[in-house]
Amino acid sequence: MLLLGLILVPLFAALVAAVTPSARVRPLIVAGTGLLHLAGALAVRSGDAVFGGWFAADPLGHLILLVVSLLFTLCALYGVGYLRVRKERPNLVFCVCLLTFLSMTTAITLAQHLAVVWVAVEGATLSTAVLIYFNQNARSLEAAWKYLMIGSVGIALALLGSLFVAYAALHGASGDESLLFAALLEHGTGLSRPWLRAGFVLLVVGYGTKMGLAPMHTWKPDAYGEAPGIIGALLAGGMTNCAFLALLRVYRVMQAAGEGAFARELFLGFGLVSMAVAAAFMAGQRDFKRMLAYSSVEHMGILVIGVGVGGIALVGALLHVVNNALTKVVLFLSAGNIHRAYGSKSIDKVSGALRRVPVSGALFLAGFLAITGSPPFGPFISEFTILSGAMSGRHFVVAALFLLFLVVIFIGMGATVLAVVQGPVSPAGETTDFRDTFWRVAPMLAALSMVLVMGIWIPGAVYDLILAAAKMLEGAS
Amino acid sequence: MREAASSILILAVTMNFLALGSSNLKACIRAAALQGFFVSVFPLFFQPEPTARLLGLVIVAGVVKTFVIPGMLMRALREVHIRNEMEPYLGLVPSVLLLAVGTGGAALFADRLPLMPAHRDLLVVPVALATLFAGFLLLTTRRKAISQVTGYLILENGIFVFAQLLHEAMPTLVEVGVLLDLVVGIFVMGIVMNHIQREFGSLDTERLSELRD
Repeated sequence: MLLLGLILVPLFAALVAAVTPSARVRPLIVAGTGLLHLAGALAVRSGDAVFGGWFAADPLGHLILLVVSLLFTLCALYGVGYLRVRKERPNLVFCVCLLTFLSMTTAITLAQHLAVVWVAVEGATLSTAVLIYFNQNARSLEAAWKYLMIGSVGIALALLGSLFVAYAALHGASGDESLLFAALLEHGTGLSRPWLRAGFVLLVVGYGTKMGLAPMHTWKPDAYGEAPGIIGALLAGGMTNCAFLALLRVYRVMQAAGEGAFARELFLGFGLVSMAVAAAFMAGQRDFKRMLAYSSVEHMGILVIGVGVGGIALVGALLHVVNNALTKVVLFLSAGNIHRAYGSKSIDKVSGALRRVPVSGALFLAGFLAITGSPPFGPFISEFTILSGAMSGRHFVVAALFLLFLVVIFIGMGATVLAVVQGPVSPAGETTDFRDTFWRVAPMLAALSMVLVMGIWIPGAVYDLILAAAKMLEGAS
Repeated sequence: MREAASSILILAVTMNFLALGSSNLKACIRAAALQGFFVSVFPLFFQPEPTARLLGLVIVAGVVKTFVIPGMLMRALREVHIRNEMEPYLGLVPSVLLLAVGTGGAALFADRLPLMPAHRDLLVVPVALATLFAGFLLLTTRRKAISQVTGYLILENGIFVFAQLLHEAMPTLVEVGVLLDLVVGIFVMGIVMNHIQREFGSLDTERLSELRD
């Protein structure tokens, strides 16, 4: 019941928001639903199941559910203040789509059925397309259209991939036609290999488009650049992780069928290309929100590299899911504040953010240090774990490239970030009256302290959940 | 029945060439609509004993693919008074040649995938892959938003053909969910298209080129 509630309550709240006339009250409904959802997600016990096993909380799904729920709540709390600043824009559709997004992403984390996952991913995609268009100007229109077209092709390929995997089961199996992941795992080596392989490639391309793995990442800079920071954070920490989870679920099927090595090679390839593309485009990036998009491409690459390497790196990858999501909250929301304060997101017009909006500027800088893997923040631990996994797994080339890209990205991203925060305040910043207020920075401070905690001492319950989730992915090899 | 099913699929593939080869937007949408009709009735010839559920699927898919979505696109075309030309990035002849090569490639690739006895001697897999490719070509090589959405529609037709192999394995609720998602997806595209028209006074996606690195 609890699981169904987690999916249905946000949907119901979306209906309530849709009939609420007051633009001031609607953001409060979103924030309240977020808090309620987080409480529910914390109360879930791994192993809960409803609806004939279609929805169930296994450690892997539970971990992503908690990340999404926490991320959404932080963003929703920020959203109350943000939407108050953006009074000129109607927020009805925005709030309804935010809540729909929460419902759909929850469904992705809990779905145990190959096709139900797809339906939920498509639902989440459509709601975010509308969210990207919040500013309703030519640029956000272009971003939304590209997101919609590229995302739709990706999602169509993922559907075909899901159907291929289903056919692999139909072809190999003895009359059992269930598409529950549990049934697919049980078929194991009985699945038809050619169909499974072809299906997996389509799924990696399809859900990889949603994750923003290069070379299917081209929607990302536009969408993250033009959408409000709060949407950037939800996409970079929520949507992408859900698509990653969908891939992991199919990866388990591949492993059970004895095709794990094929899948891991594919992951390593896409991961390294993503990091390389991010490194190339991050250097000399003048738009700091687009820069964050390439950072997201990089970190999706890191996640799949972790899975591709396997072993201890799996733990690293799942830790990184948490660290990346929380750090992205800090980066996107602070970037959003700086954007508001200067009315620009180009480093040609933005400088001296540490003086102009001291808290947001400092958080942007701290977020940069955290995401690039500087100690004592969480991403340092997770990236280091992946690296040591690569070394102990004798993936020396992967490890060397991984390190090289991290260094290049640190330098490239650093140049842009320092240009934003340092120096005298540029004239553009003087003309707006935007200031840091409690609600505009508190959610970021909360996220940053969690990133810090994850870097110093990972709470036992979190670590146990990550270990249990990693164990699910270990498989036979 | 088997022969009829195969003929219908061949008709569906022919529509790919018509859609990609026409210089006229209306003809392109008509080809997609006609293809929608063929792929929607295909299950009737493919499944030996149609159930009520199958009939429901055929009717819903048929109405949506043949009338609702193409009708919406035609209306958009009328309302915006745009020139009824495709304006492709890639010329018509090269794109048809490319489709021919792709269709051949689809047939070769499909040959390598093992089929269940009941599904052999049918062209389902090559037709599905070729149609997917045609939709993708239309989507990437045309400038107008309407022709891109038409490409997406054709792409979905290809997937629909393949999905028929799995009709019995799919729970009804999931099939409904998939169809619903497609309709909502195209509906959202329609809304965005409407905004593009208002913002730029044209549906030429060439104008959507401000964002780049």
